[in-house]
Amino acid sequence: MSSPTSTPVGSKRSRDDIPVTPSSDGLASPPSQRRRGQDSSNGDLPAMPTSPATDIASPAVHDTSLFSSPRRSGNFLPSEVDMSSPLMYGTPSSRVEGTPRSGVRGTPVRQRPDLGSARKAPQVDLHTELPSADGAVASEQAAGQKLVIWGTDVNVGTCKEKFQRFLQRFIDPTSNEDENAGLDLNEPLYMQKLEEISVIGEPVLNVNCSHVQSFDADLYRQLISYPQEVIPTFDMAVNELFFERFPDSILEHQIQVRPYNALKTRNMRSLNPEDIDQMITISGMVIRTSQLIPEMQEAFFQCQVCAFSTRVEVDRGRIAEPAVCRNCNTTHSLALIHNRSAFSDKQMIKVQESPDDMPAGQTPHTTIVYAHNDLVDKVQPGDRINITGIYRAVPMRENPRQSTVKSVYKTHIDVIHFRKTDEKRLHGLDEDSDQKLFTEERVQTLKELAAKPDVYERLSSALAPSIYEQEDIKKGILLQLFGGTRKDFSQTGRGNFRAEVNILLCGDPGTSKSQLLQYVFNLVPRGQYTSGKGSSAVGLTAYVMKDPETKQLVLQTGALVLSDNGICCIDEFDKMSDSTRSVLHEVMEQQTLSIAKAGIICQLNARTSVLAAANPVESQWNPKKTTIENIQLPHTLLSRFDLIFLMLDPQDEAYDRRLAHHLVALYYQSEEQIEEEFLDMAVLKDYIAYARTYINPRLNEEASQALIEAYVDMRKIGSGRGMVSAYPRQLESLIRLAEAHAKVRFSDKVETVDVEEAKRLHREALKQSATDPRTGFVDISILTTGMSATARKRKEEVAQALKKMIQSRGKIPAMKYQQLFDDLRGQSEAAITKDMFEEALRALADEDYLTVTGKTVRLL
Amino acid sequence: MPSSHDWINKPLGVVEAMFAQSNSNPEWEAKVLEYFKGQLKEKESHSWVPSLNDVPLHYLKPNSLVKFRCLVQDMFDPEFYMGVYETVDPSTKANVLRCGKYKDVTECGVDLNSRNTVTAERQTFYCVPIPGESPWAKEISFLSAARVVPSTSYVPSRQKRSYEEDDDDMDTQPQKQREPHTEPHGNGDSKRQETEAPSSQTTTPSDCSSHLDLNFPLPGERGPACLVKVYEGLDSFKLNDTLEIYGILSVNPVLTVLGEEKDPSLLLLNPTESMETPEEQRAHDPPASLVPRLHMLYARPLQHNNPLLPSAPTEDQSAFVSSFLVEMASVRAELLAYLTHVLLGDGLAAEYLLLHLISDVYTRRDVLPLGKFTLNLSGCPLNSYTERLYQIVQQLVPCSYRLSMSLHTMNSMRLVPKKDYVANRLVSGALQLARNTSLFLDETQLEQGQLDSSGVRNITALGNLISWQKVDYDFSYHQMEFPCNINVLVTSEGRSLLPSDCQVPLQPQVTPPNMEEYLTTIHMAQFTSQINKFRVYLSLARTLDYSISDEVTKAVEDDFVDMRKDDPQSVTAEDLHRMLVVARLLSLSLGQTTLSRDGWMRAKHIDMLRRSRTEQQKSLNGNEP
Repeated sequence: MSSPTSTPVGSKRSRDDIPVTPSSDGLASPPSQRRRGQDSSNGDLPAMPTSPATDIASPAVHDTSLFSSPRRSGNFLPSEVDMSSPLMYGTPSSRVEGTPRSGVRGTPVRQRPDLGSARKAPQVDLHTELPSADGAVASEQAAGQKLVIWGTDVNVGTCKEKFQRFLQRFIDPTSNEDENAGLDLNEPLYMQKLEEISVIGEPVLNVNCSHVQSFDADLYRQLISYPQEVIPTFDMAVNELFFERFPDSILEHQIQVRPYNALKTRNMRSLNPEDIDQMITISGMVIRTSQLIPEMQEAFFQCQVCAFSTRVEVDRGRIAEPAVCRNCNTTHSLALIHNRSAFSDKQMIKVQESPDDMPAGQTPHTTIVYAHNDLVDKVQPGDRINITGIYRAVPMRENPRQSTVKSVYKTHIDVIHFRKTDEKRLHGLDEDSDQKLFTEERVQTLKELAAKPDVYERLSSALAPSIYEQEDIKKGILLQLFGGTRKDFSQTGRGNFRAEVNILLCGDPGTSKSQLLQYVFNLVPRGQYTSGKGSSAVGLTAYVMKDPETKQLVLQTGALVLSDNGICCIDEFDKMSDSTRSVLHEVMEQQTLSIAKAGIICQLNARTSVLAAANPVESQWNPKKTTIENIQLPHTLLSRFDLIFLMLDPQDEAYDRRLAHHLVALYYQSEEQIEEEFLDMAVLKDYIAYARTYINPRLNEEASQALIEAYVDMRKIGSGRGMVSAYPRQLESLIRLAEAHAKVRFSDKVETVDVEEAKRLHREALKQSATDPRTGFVDISILTTGMSATARKRKEEVAQALKKMIQSRGKIPAMKYQQLFDDLRGQSEAAITKDMFEEALRALADEDYLTVTGKTVRLL
Repeated sequence: MPSSHDWINKPLGVVEAMFAQSNSNPEWEAKVLEYFKGQLKEKESHSWVPSLNDVPLHYLKPNSLVKFRCLVQDMFDPEFYMGVYETVDPSTKANVLRCGKYKDVTECGVDLNSRNTVTAERQTFYCVPIPGESPWAKEISFLSAARVVPSTSYVPSRQKRSYEEDDDDMDTQPQKQREPHTEPHGNGDSKRQETEAPSSQTTTPSDCSSHLDLNFPLPGERGPACLVKVYEGLDSFKLNDTLEIYGILSVNPVLTVLGEEKDPSLLLLNPTESMETPEEQRAHDPPASLVPRLHMLYARPLQHNNPLLPSAPTEDQSAFVSSFLVEMASVRAELLAYLTHVLLGDGLAAEYLLLHLISDVYTRRDVLPLGKFTLNLSGCPLNSYTERLYQIVQQLVPCSYRLSMSLHTMNSMRLVPKKDYVANRLVSGALQLARNTSLFLDETQLEQGQLDSSGVRNITALGNLISWQKVDYDFSYHQMEFPCNINVLVTSEGRSLLPSDCQVPLQPQVTPPNMEEYLTTIHMAQFTSQINKFRVYLSLARTLDYSISDEVTKAVEDDFVDMRKDDPQSVTAEDLHRMLVVARLLSLSLGQTTLSRDGWMRAKHIDMLRRSRTEQQKSLNGNEP
């Protein structure tokens, strides 16, 4: 038995480590040699020999063996100690971890304030008569009696056995969690994890509750209903198992089991009084974290008269100050000695309901969460997390001077496990796991819908029904919502390929472009809506901010990063400043954002689809001009859009009639019809979410062939007229669109039909946007180089004509600018504008044929 | 006057009696609600209940039934309370079960470990009086309340005076916090006031100088804010709902004292206490003397807050409506004449203003709000004309606010509500308004200069409000969209920089030498009864149902096609949108609930007139250098 005076070797990690001898006999221990926090045996108080049953509530929490830390031998207690003897209470032996048989050696137990040792409510008295081997937990099967922890139906022995069996046998061949990466899926999962623990030395075992449930539903139920009894039992079981297998491993403290993903996952709103003291998992967003709070676990009192010392454990947040010294019977002589009291780390975290699971028109709820020990500082404000923990309600403090109390409880959650839901962005894996869970029936409905031959048309018409027609545009947007398949070639050094489809809508003002954008923004869970006029480069990307409280630099993300995996809708794209637009270059092709600001250099993922809307420069679309001329956007940016649609007023009577009918109906539709539509929107949302999560189509052989053909065809069209009509970017677009179309069908294969539709849509978009107004041909170079091939040809002709004219004049070293212009105009049959003339001059200057200085043109 | 109004004076007694009878059968809760609902259904009975809006707080009996006409400004987190708890009766030493519902505090000696304790859930709403409620609406509701003397200690002779106080404060006192200090001394209640005032300050030791911010959406508002404890139907309430709440008033001073005590040693050991920042405590547990608690028994959503109209959709109302429908056309003509005078003889502008005043977002189709009708009145004369115009509008509608869009206000004012995570509350902004509030944006006040980032945000917010009828509340980590239904009227010199559904350039027919005098005379010339008619008319026209027959649909379609045939550029889908709204409003303004061919032609006609006017304006401007 370690003497209380022995200064333990090393490992004074923090206050909350309790690697030291319990000073049951601490009465005489010299205070000077104690480090603070050394003693925090939270259950067994020497001062309270009559309270063994305090442990009942949470057995393993209390059978904390507090050895002076990593001493390997010497203090190992023989398992034969009669633990049930009342004499053993208050001695270290009673705190031997686990059962005597275990190979658990001197590994210290770390206290688990998350399980709330403080909760030892009224059970206490009832249990004094039931001290038994497992730290006062009634589990004497030998007696043939089925004893359970008071107030529950948990039998420690069976529970432990079950859990050990679970650990040893559970295999999850379908696992796809990133935590399990690198593990052999056909071997018992958790045994591999234990092995990992022995290697890494991080004594935490995360257990997925759904695994427990599929293995043993009853155990799961107990875990959910009585977490603070069951988890310590799990702890015990794990440690026994672990030290049996890896008797030589050294851990900082004993393994703690951290269950997560309790299937009761719910949002904050649905918490109700029935959940109190149960294990729950909720999701939310961290909005505030407090400073670290040292929480007193055990108070140390010393008598001012006789120096008798005593320890009092914190009970429900308060300390019962002993009024009388038991040694000398002096009243009110005991004083609290702070630096000999035990503290543990604690942090308050405020979590707010995530905006996605809130009913419209209400404000988000917040919940207070307490993190203990090493979970402190694990999350930052702004993180989206899933919290597994125990829901608590504490009555408001009673006021001794007041006869009445507020009848309100304070509620909070003691965290057992954090899981960041957006952590995966760092891993670059697909989609979030916090995607909505779909019920069987829902999946069934979706699949039925998918099986319909006209699902594509159905969905596209369900999209923004208030906007009239524009079928192709809606189809394009629909494909954008589904997106292509993400391909990762980073291992071969080719980097990620973009799966997101970008779309630009341009056209006359008042053609409901904004409305479409608004609709899309409302439809997708991670949508962002900005307006080109109102957003700066900073607002789009990310900016560095100094936290006023902590003076810490914080990276605040802008719209593009926020819409990672979503859609960023940018209205008034044309009004955006050039510098802002330049940010988009990286985002739209590489899907990342680089930031170098205030000492922070980083690259963020921004795998966002861009849906932009632009107005023509002249307020009305000029059909005589090309797209580029109409919207004045750099072609480098334009070529990054997969589809560019023109939304023009068609101006034809039949269309007008349909439009009028549509609008009038829009205004005076009956209630039921509106109701119906809302249903559609919900279905559409689910359909998209489902397809994005579960469907990853790949090209099949025929489809690849079809794509190749399509591409070759596109290039051929152009080559016939001496211009290039397709670039590899267009091929990539086609692939993405075909994949998206396959997703719409819930198909894992991209087939020829998908390619056909992709081709059609792409052609439609091109027809609209890349038609050369001068020739009427589709000319992709308008988008890729900003100038149509005919325009380029024409430019060349003018230059040649000019050159010929100059040459025909013989050797004149210089001539007047204006005169030359007039001459050229007179000579040419086509009208030559000043612009054209200047361009020709520039072209010739580039050839080093002449130079222009002011008003004179010199030959070289 | 019935004397035995125990359900008003001692509602808790009723609740407790029912609880005692129930033998912990949970059905008693429903019975309580039914009982009170039944009582309130009786004729006139709701007018016996004193209103927090009209009666100063210190005249109201604690634990009596009161009503409160308010807007839900913020929704706090749900809280768990002891629905049923066990205490020891000091005299008999027997354990007694008590009911904790509708109460803030428990009796002494609660056995916290009792197995009979039932934990229940309730939610707190922070409610403020309806922002921008016009003085006349307040006055009328006040007078009607005074007519039926409520069963309080409230002495009617004092009514007048306190009302006058109210009135003065409206104009002169922008500061909200004078209430506890300006209360007149010399009556019995002032003692309580005095003892509490200091204690309320000790609760906020860190920051004595700052007043308790009651978080009214509009600056310069006053009135009681209230923490409403809601027990049933939590999901049916939404932020910014306007409600009339009947509940039990609780001003227990304990609520204040509890928070005040801060023994440092206890603080250390009690983590739950230390978690709350002083700001949060102040926001969530303000002194009960300032922010009373109201335990809701019954709430009625208000369609409007016009006291001249029967508020409940009962038979009363339909009778009222049908009787008024007869007059409708004549009232409309009078109102139109009145507005024409006000708009300096411009009949067309008056017509549009009238349509604007009865507009209402009656439904939404995915993101598109239908029925909104933002009017931009351009070419307004400068110099306080707009201010007078607002005063006239204010006289007509029950809820309004004038936002003077000066550079300074745009840069400094908070329009969009923002979540304050430190105090854990939604800090209100001027755009947190009740439905159908008239928002008067005075762009004539805008001068040249630099808008800073908050100014840009404010302008964007106004733009969003106008185009989509929604406000994106700032939750710092994300934005949250709250749909709204606000009638926006923009007055400007030229075309407004904000979007609008319809722009009407004002063409004054008269140019009075003294504008102020001119408008005052017009205003004075109207009798109150006349004005009241207008008020009823405007509120009523908005609530009428409206439909359109297939036949007329067809006609409208044909018409649209014809118009496009002549000149496709001139008529777009947007124009059709607008004309449909105009047609709807025009029909409603005449009391017609279906669109007739005539109605459509009229709508087309006035839209034509308006457009020719704007084009004229455009060409005029084009000629200018």
